[in-house]
Amino acid sequence: MNPLIEALLALLVLLGAAFTLVGSVGLVRLPDFLSRLHAPTKSTTLGVGSLLIASGVYFSQGDTLSLHELLVTLFLFITAPVSAHLLARAALHLGLPTRAAPPAVGEPRDGVRS
Amino acid sequence: MLSVALTLALAMVALALALSLWRLMRGPSTPDRILALDTLYINTIALLVLFGIRQQSQIYFEAALLIALMGFIGTLALCKYLLRGDIIE
Repeated sequence: MNPLIEALLALLVLLGAAFTLVGSVGLVRLPDFLSRLHAPTKSTTLGVGSLLIASGVYFSQGDTLSLHELLVTLFLFITAPVSAHLLARAALHLGLPTRAAPPAVGEPRDGVRS
Repeated sequence: MLSVALTLALAMVALALALSLWRLMRGPSTPDRILALDTLYINTIALLVLFGIRQQSQIYFEAALLIALMGFIGTLALCKYLLRGDIIE
């Protein structure tokens, strides 16, 4: 295998795995549901996308072109925002506690007189 | 070089799976558990892709595609259940 391509593949694989790990760490560490929601939905999509690019490059060596990965990537990029949106709506519907309540409408903020 | 990177990446994704499993068991609310399941299936896709590169086999993509499809439908159904109290109205 071409050493340059191998280095690129190793970099992509490690980057993807690191993003996936960061997403799950965020899922465990962040304080309330709405902030927990955006850690995995973004970073795991990016991580899996990077892994799928690595896999596409790996299986495209020689004279064959591998395009299965594009299908999975496209599907994940379309579905991840939809499921995140629905989860956020479900959380709002249930009235889950957030750490800081948003300021009430028409009420001045702390120390600010308008 | 690639095999070392693959082993390391497999370990990292396995750790990510364990962390989301912890969130799945811990809760505390139902959307948290659904989100943990969502993360779990996306991490499983990552694991399958890495395993496919390691085994030099393309057959794992079919599994990854199926998991992506079914996982999305599962998340959708669970969210719908929380929102409406019913899945098929």
